[in-house]
Amino acid sequence: MNWLPDIFRRRKIYGDLAEEMRLHLEERTEQLMSEGMSRKEAEQTARRAFGNSTLLEERSRQVWQMPLVESLGSDLKLVFRRLRKSPGFAATVILTLAIGIGANTAVFSVLNSVLFKPLPYPDAEQLVALHLIAPGAAGLADFSNGLRLSPSMYFTFAEQNRTFQSLGVWIAGTGNVTGLAQPHEVHTASITDGVLQTLNVPPSLGRWLLSAEQNPHGPKAVMLSYGYWQRRFGGDPSVIGRSIEVDSQPRQIVGVMPQGFRLVNADFDLLVPLGFDRNKQTLAGFGFQGIARLKPGVPITQANADVTRMLPIWMDSWSNGPGIDSHSFYQQWRITPALRPLKEEVIGGVGNVLWLVMGTIGVVMLIACTNVANLLLVRADARRQELAVRAALGAGRARIAWELLLESLCLGLLGGLLGVGIAYAGLRMLAAIGPANLPRLGEISLDVRSLGFTIFLSVLSGLLFGSIPALRYARARTSAALRGTGRTASLSRERQHSRDLLVVAQVAMALVLLVSAMLMIRTFQALRHVEPGFFRPEHVQTMRTSIPASLVADPQQVTRIQNSIADKLAAIPGVTSVGFASSAPMERIEFLWNSIHFEGKSMGEVTPLRLFKNVSPDYFLTTGTRLVAGRELTWTDVYGQRPVAIISENLARESFGTPSAALGKRLQEFPDMPWYEVVGVVEDVRENGVQDKAPAMVYWPSMTYGIYGPHTFDAQRTVTFVLRSDRAGTEGLLSEMQQAVWSVNANLPLASLRTMQEIYSQSLARTSFTLVMLGIAGTMAFVLGIIGIYGVISYAVLQRTREIGIRLALGEQKGRLRWMFVRSALALTGIGVAIGLAASVGLMRLMKSLLFGVSPLDPFTYVSVMIVLAASAVLASYLPARRAAAVNPVEALRAE
Amino acid sequence: MPVANKPMTKSTARDLFPGALEMMILQSLRRQPAHGYALVQHIQQRSNNLLQVEEGSLYPALQRLLKADLVKARWDVSSTNRRVRTYQITASGLRRLEQEISSFEQMFEGISLVLNPGKSTAT
Repeated sequence: MNWLPDIFRRRKIYGDLAEEMRLHLEERTEQLMSEGMSRKEAEQTARRAFGNSTLLEERSRQVWQMPLVESLGSDLKLVFRRLRKSPGFAATVILTLAIGIGANTAVFSVLNSVLFKPLPYPDAEQLVALHLIAPGAAGLADFSNGLRLSPSMYFTFAEQNRTFQSLGVWIAGTGNVTGLAQPHEVHTASITDGVLQTLNVPPSLGRWLLSAEQNPHGPKAVMLSYGYWQRRFGGDPSVIGRSIEVDSQPRQIVGVMPQGFRLVNADFDLLVPLGFDRNKQTLAGFGFQGIARLKPGVPITQANADVTRMLPIWMDSWSNGPGIDSHSFYQQWRITPALRPLKEEVIGGVGNVLWLVMGTIGVVMLIACTNVANLLLVRADARRQELAVRAALGAGRARIAWELLLESLCLGLLGGLLGVGIAYAGLRMLAAIGPANLPRLGEISLDVRSLGFTIFLSVLSGLLFGSIPALRYARARTSAALRGTGRTASLSRERQHSRDLLVVAQVAMALVLLVSAMLMIRTFQALRHVEPGFFRPEHVQTMRTSIPASLVADPQQVTRIQNSIADKLAAIPGVTSVGFASSAPMERIEFLWNSIHFEGKSMGEVTPLRLFKNVSPDYFLTTGTRLVAGRELTWTDVYGQRPVAIISENLARESFGTPSAALGKRLQEFPDMPWYEVVGVVEDVRENGVQDKAPAMVYWPSMTYGIYGPHTFDAQRTVTFVLRSDRAGTEGLLSEMQQAVWSVNANLPLASLRTMQEIYSQSLARTSFTLVMLGIAGTMAFVLGIIGIYGVISYAVLQRTREIGIRLALGEQKGRLRWMFVRSALALTGIGVAIGLAASVGLMRLMKSLLFGVSPLDPFTYVSVMIVLAASAVLASYLPARRAAAVNPVEALRAE
Repeated sequence: MPVANKPMTKSTARDLFPGALEMMILQSLRRQPAHGYALVQHIQQRSNNLLQVEEGSLYPALQRLLKADLVKARWDVSSTNRRVRTYQITASGLRRLEQEISSFEQMFEGISLVLNPGKSTAT
């Protein structure tokens, strides 16, 4: 009610009260003096008649106080006074909790920001990824992410759909920007009309791209990302209307997207219109990611049905050229819509890892709580007599339990407060490290929900570890507690019991975490032993560059430029070989692909799809990919336009049995295209990362016959150069490479300068991230568990000093005495291990998707973890046991 | 040492029942406003010193009455030229007093009936 002004009024009220009471005494004293008493006598009499003035004043004041709050205040004061008296205990507990709560809050914040929060687009729940699968297309499993959309699909879907407000397709790529100081490569996102409308985020400056700008013959426009605008233009608003050259095409800047805007999961510098030429589209060209916004209230199932309805329309409206029965071809593919919420697309498979990390960190927290509970039990034990006295004097059980609980709640909240700081620091560190392929990294923050989680966790943990001593000591039998201070009872079985239970729980939880960490270590080992299909990647430098058609139109000329760049690079001191390809291994650049058939093989079945790569001479020599049969390509092949190709070992074995049998065989992409002769077979390369099996590959020369006629040529314009050199990754080499490239053409940008080792490590990023997290959690659990065992045995030794003294005095062997303590620790560990094993067997199945080359029930892992735990338990208990054996019987019996 | 929640009540020969003191204060104030000391004097005189009330215990009671708005107080100068805090009964104080008195009379009558069964025909 009106308690707030009460608080301010109180000071005056208390003042009035004190004054009034003083005046009362004074008046009485004067009265008595006037009746003939001496002053001293009168004062004493007046005071006696008045009563206990301090108490009365206190009671008068209480009238104005809020009983609950104020008693809580005074209780809190006591709690803090007690904690201040034992700073070591308080610091240990608060720090343990702070680390536990901090780690949990940090992980929860990541989980919250990545998995729970909606994507940063308006009405994000309406957004879907237009995901298609084609179970009938053999070989498609080699591609990540199912079947992409073709431009013709985009036209059909955009015009014929009944369930979408808007839809569009896009593709991420790179572009050269020239005319602004140095030429540089930028990340582009090429988008069709409908992409911006679907995401519906207004530009922070200027306007969106217009439909008219999608016309390949219309005005040329471009939008900037906020970051690029800041970096290159210093955030100058007059940039709108200015012109920049992208891939030698002048484009007018029409707008800037706001800070933090990402296109699904892509960071880009420029948004460029895709500009499909409608008249040139075929059914094929499945290279684009589709996104759409559902009409309000339309479920995904209905949208799937809508796409299913439109697919036949698409097949009937377009063709792959005259005389080709594409309709039945794609019917064999069984293209099926599998639309999914855009959020799923963005998050990908990282959810598994995050939940696993959250789970393990949660278990570490539980172990920390049991340790704290143990400490509190010891502490409450020390106060046993005091509590018993109070109980005997009439303090209610609830009252005593509340006090113990309040103390642990305070510890929990203090730990939580510090934990927030730790979580904040942790998140800052995470953002700084920026683990690869953690989506939505920029959105991770400590928000209200995270703080709510912290408070929840603090209170929960306080209740959890606080309730154990509270329950134990609130129902303590007064008489027993008062009597037994150790003279008669050496060790109360009951008291030791709850601590034993905690240790068993700790060992069980630590085992589970150690097993999971160990499995990750084994996974990592297995991955390191996989032959990736290249050799000594730390000595391979990569570099990407692109020659746009607007700069050099003729494909042959492009090839010559690339050839001379390769020659210049090879001339750099310390470089032993140079090659280039459409992408380096594991670079995660989209592959081209198509169905390939070999001469003489039956055409009846569906021809499987194969991934393509265009490679230069010496490419395999440079990456260290073994030639299994035949030879590499040569410049003579390239310039002579000889139709020759190299295939991967698995493709050769699949088609011809042995690699050498494949040599001389011919293969074809389209019926009217030339036959290519297989001149070499190379070892399999794990193109999609170490964990995925190597796809079947066809390696074309860097310049091939074009698809638009028998006498046209096509050169791979954007390529990754690879250099083998001991100097890979050094600044010196990089600047010499820059000089070499610019000496050929000063307008070429250099990008993606890294060693192949970095690319390789990145493909292991998810595993190593999981490994590090589980490693930390496992180690913490292990250390806490061992401390728990040590603490319990130490305390038991301390409690039983008298008994030990008697035993020794009666002639007990020291060895047997030590063994007695070690044995009890081993018994506890044994029970904990048994429970932990049972739990692990159940839980490790959940980890299956994260494991590689190791079974979730890997016996080595289980046995080694058990041995380590048992050995540590022996050690942790041996130290206090040795102390027990060293007890001097005389002192032990005299003590007390 | 933690302090027990409720301050221990001093056990006298016969405690007043809760609210009795408040009732007497209100009754006294109905006659005329007074300060604490005068109230004590008045109650002691009127009760022929039968009620052995600690003088100070008046003050918690006065605070309760103040809080409940049954009396109001202000600093004043008494007829004997002393600085005093004078209490005055409020309208709601008057109403409460009526209720208390009638419920007290009922209770008193009930207790009397039980304690003196012989005179049970009083009504």
